Amino acid sequence: MADMTAISLPVEKSRPIVNVSERHEARVAWMLAAPAMILIVLFIVAPVVAVITLGFTDFELGYSTFKFVGFENYAELFGDRTFRQSLWNTAIYTAIVAPASILLGLGVALLIESETVGRSFFRTAYFLPVASLLVAMATVWQYLLHPTIGPVNNLLNLIGLPGPNWLGSASTVLYSLSMIGVWQTVGFNMILFLAGLTAIPRDLYSAAEIDGAKSPIDRFFLVTLPMLGPTTVFVTTISIINAVKVFETVKTLTEGGPNKASEVLLFTIYQEGFVYLRVGYASAMTVVFLAVLVVMMFAQYRLVDRKVHY
Amino acid sequence: MTNTLSFGRAFRLTLLSLGALIFLAPYIFMISTAGKAQSEIFTSSLSLIPTQFFYLENFAKAFGRVSMGQLLWNGVVVCGLIFIFQVVIAIPCAYAMAKLKFGAARLLMALVMLGLLVPIHATSLPLYVAFDSAALLNSYTALVAPFSISVFAIFLFLQFFRAMPDDLIHAARLDGMSELGIVMRVIVPNAWPAITAFAIFSVVAHWNDLYWPLIVVSNQAYATPPLGLLFFRAAEAGDDYGALMAATLIITLPLVAAFLLAQKRFVEGITMTGLKG
Amino acid sequence: MSALSITNVTKSFGDNHILKGISLEAEAGEFIALVGPSGCGKSTLLRIVAGLEGADSGEIVAGGRDLTRLVAAERNVAMVFQSYALYPHLTASQNIAVPLAMRNLTSMQRLPMIGSLLPGQKAIRKDIMRQVTDMARSLKIDHLLDRKPGQMSGGQRQRVALARAMVRQPGLFLMDEPLSNLDANLRVHARGEIVDLHRRAGVPTLYVTHDQAEALSMADRVAVMMSGSLLQLAAPEVIYDDPAHIEVAKFVGQPRINTIASRVDADGAVTLGTWRLQPHDTLAPGSDITVAIRSEFLSIADMGTPGLPAHIERLEFLGSEVIVYTKLDAIGESMVVKLAPSDARGLVAGKPVTIVPQGERLMVFGADGARLRADLTFTTLLERAHG
Repeated sequence: MADMTAISLPVEKSRPIVNVSERHEARVAWMLAAPAMILIVLFIVAPVVAVITLGFTDFELGYSTFKFVGFENYAELFGDRTFRQSLWNTAIYTAIVAPASILLGLGVALLIESETVGRSFFRTAYFLPVASLLVAMATVWQYLLHPTIGPVNNLLNLIGLPGPNWLGSASTVLYSLSMIGVWQTVGFNMILFLAGLTAIPRDLYSAAEIDGAKSPIDRFFLVTLPMLGPTTVFVTTISIINAVKVFETVKTLTEGGPNKASEVLLFTIYQEGFVYLRVGYASAMTVVFLAVLVVMMFAQYRLVDRKVHY
Repeated sequence: MTNTLSFGRAFRLTLLSLGALIFLAPYIFMISTAGKAQSEIFTSSLSLIPTQFFYLENFAKAFGRVSMGQLLWNGVVVCGLIFIFQVVIAIPCAYAMAKLKFGAARLLMALVMLGLLVPIHATSLPLYVAFDSAALLNSYTALVAPFSISVFAIFLFLQFFRAMPDDLIHAARLDGMSELGIVMRVIVPNAWPAITAFAIFSVVAHWNDLYWPLIVVSNQAYATPPLGLLFFRAAEAGDDYGALMAATLIITLPLVAAFLLAQKRFVEGITMTGLKG
Repeated sequence: MSALSITNVTKSFGDNHILKGISLEAEAGEFIALVGPSGCGKSTLLRIVAGLEGADSGEIVAGGRDLTRLVAAERNVAMVFQSYALYPHLTASQNIAVPLAMRNLTSMQRLPMIGSLLPGQKAIRKDIMRQVTDMARSLKIDHLLDRKPGQMSGGQRQRVALARAMVRQPGLFLMDEPLSNLDANLRVHARGEIVDLHRRAGVPTLYVTHDQAEALSMADRVAVMMSGSLLQLAAPEVIYDDPAHIEVAKFVGQPRINTIASRVDADGAVTLGTWRLQPHDTLAPGSDITVAIRSEFLSIADMGTPGLPAHIERLEFLGSEVIVYTKLDAIGESMVVKLAPSDARGLVAGKPVTIVPQGERLMVFGADGARLRADLTFTTLLERAHG
């Protein structure tokens, strides 16, 4: 577009009609885009700038004044046991939920794709958690995992195993939350993988058979896996970002406990910012959170550009 | 070939069925427990069919403690308003970016890409401060306004409009339509697949969102379904799981029912928004 | 012994009979084109020969090996697909190497990273690369070897697909409309190339196309298929000049062959409007027949000449020839006549003329569509029925 205007510049004087219609088009475009533009600035750009700025202040809600404190908030973050615990817990949670839900999603998609019977039933069954209210289903899980009256532990007792206090013990709470997280996201990943699988041209499988790929495993490595490359990169990014954003289950089931064993990033930000009202300090945490997201997205762009694009 | 297949198929079907059972188990227990009396919940949690049907009592309790109707209505109003604003604002903008030449297109594209990176969690602190100082907490405005702009909607529609033939728009212009007329009478009627896909994405996201409502709403009158359930749990001392399951059942049902009825659209919608987002 | 023999192959999906017992033999090094309208079963037959689909019954033997119960990978056949089916994530050279790697490397050796550490694979890989480069050079695509399919033109992709098919020296070559995704110019050029490659490789080839001109110009023999049956398998000139079935006659040749439905008279003669054709042999009196003649065996004479009176409706000038569309006065049937431009001088739409057929070129087909050999003894003499 830039070189087009450059070329049309000298012609402008001799053919003013083109210029008028172009100017009209630009004016209409501005009018159509203006509401969106204003709202983006109002609700996205300005708050991001504000949160970065607030991160350098000691602003607390309820106090009318605040002052800039430089990197003091960030220095405090490094020493903050709760925040470090929170980062660590989020990392562990992500390290479990993302790979597990990706692999299970892929596995289920492959099984459903190669099966002719009951396809839509299985798809529905695995996808149902995605369409369900997470807060509500978390409540159901709380009942299922109840240490004494919960069906899971009753089932374990039947076969003679002692059931742990899933959500109530510091040693198991993060894994229990991870399990719920996996249960909730497998269906989403499955749907994306199913779409990726149906987009693979049938001819490629025929060609692979003719080229001597005898077993389904050979064809999987020759055709399926590489052709799912872009889908896999996308699913991976989405899964990681969604895992980093875990909040609902923690807020509903554990409130970060017991003993901060399930304290995760967004929950800590929520507590600092909206319960203790330390906006400046919570803003600094938010900047760290945002930085994590930016790094993930950037990694995806690079990976898509370099490896799996064809 | 057929021999190995039948063994493989049996294995595959078993695996899929077992998995499906685990995935559906919470729903089965939810429905079962919602009909059990307190005493039965404490004694035999593994029997699925209640010995006495306590559904009426549990549902009555659920409706009695928190106004379930109000919660669901709030959910519908908030999701509906958000969706309408998002579409009305995003479509003209996406059309201008896709089909019209203007100087700010590149800047706008950069803003959209930036916006895709920023979730509500990152902007909630300043927004909360702003809504607080404007005395707008506990209102539909606070629940809806931050989501009135969806850069994801702009992005999705932009992709969709770019694939539409330019000739269609040129023909409309020659027929004497204004640009707004083109958007309303040519673009929108042809963009229904993208609009439905986005509707599903948007409604699922905002129906389920807990973070922002939790921040701006403390008054039950404006609670959305997830927040209302949280209030209900807080009000519910002890382990009255029967009533709790009845409440979760009511709150989960609308979206699950919508999904079961329009499954194909849901899957298409998720695929479209998922793959392009 | 023939290089390929297909015996009585049938295939149906439910009540839909795709193939109704196809038998076909190919000699060593023969190029056979399977041609027919879409849905005639030609692609299904090809996929059954390839082993991509199973036949309901029948057998396939190639080079003395019974292929019927082998999977595609074991048949040593090569196939070029309409979509080319190149692996989009692999470069041209990797694409061409796939069949060799599948055959010569073990599944452990093919593993990425780990495979390259195993003993013995280095020499094999080197040999594969040599074969790939040789193949690429002979197809003049050696400059494309590092490109991925997405970075190539249609014609280049088609050559890479050919190279991948030929590199393993298959026992049988199958092509499924390999030219239909190319533009018209390139397509004519590629025809010659494929024939040339075929001659050099000397491998029996089955070539599926819906384009009769492609089939006639490329193949040693043409197999015409219609709705699951093989109507005729013969050399192109036989298919054209001596079709065994009315559908074959109609499918082959441009413009389409002229046909006139008629009935054999009580005396065994055939009446065409006001004209009677007297065959030497007798046709069963009262039977329905179709008389057909190709447009180049008709000529146009002035009104009053013995022949079929007609009016010119439209002329199409094609450079080296002129197509004249006429309507017979007596029965209202259309007749298309192909003339040299010099013979078409003075013809205009609306002009009444006489069409003169070359009698020995008239063909007669029975009610079931099969050719009646009676036409071979048609007299060239056309006598007036009335007046």
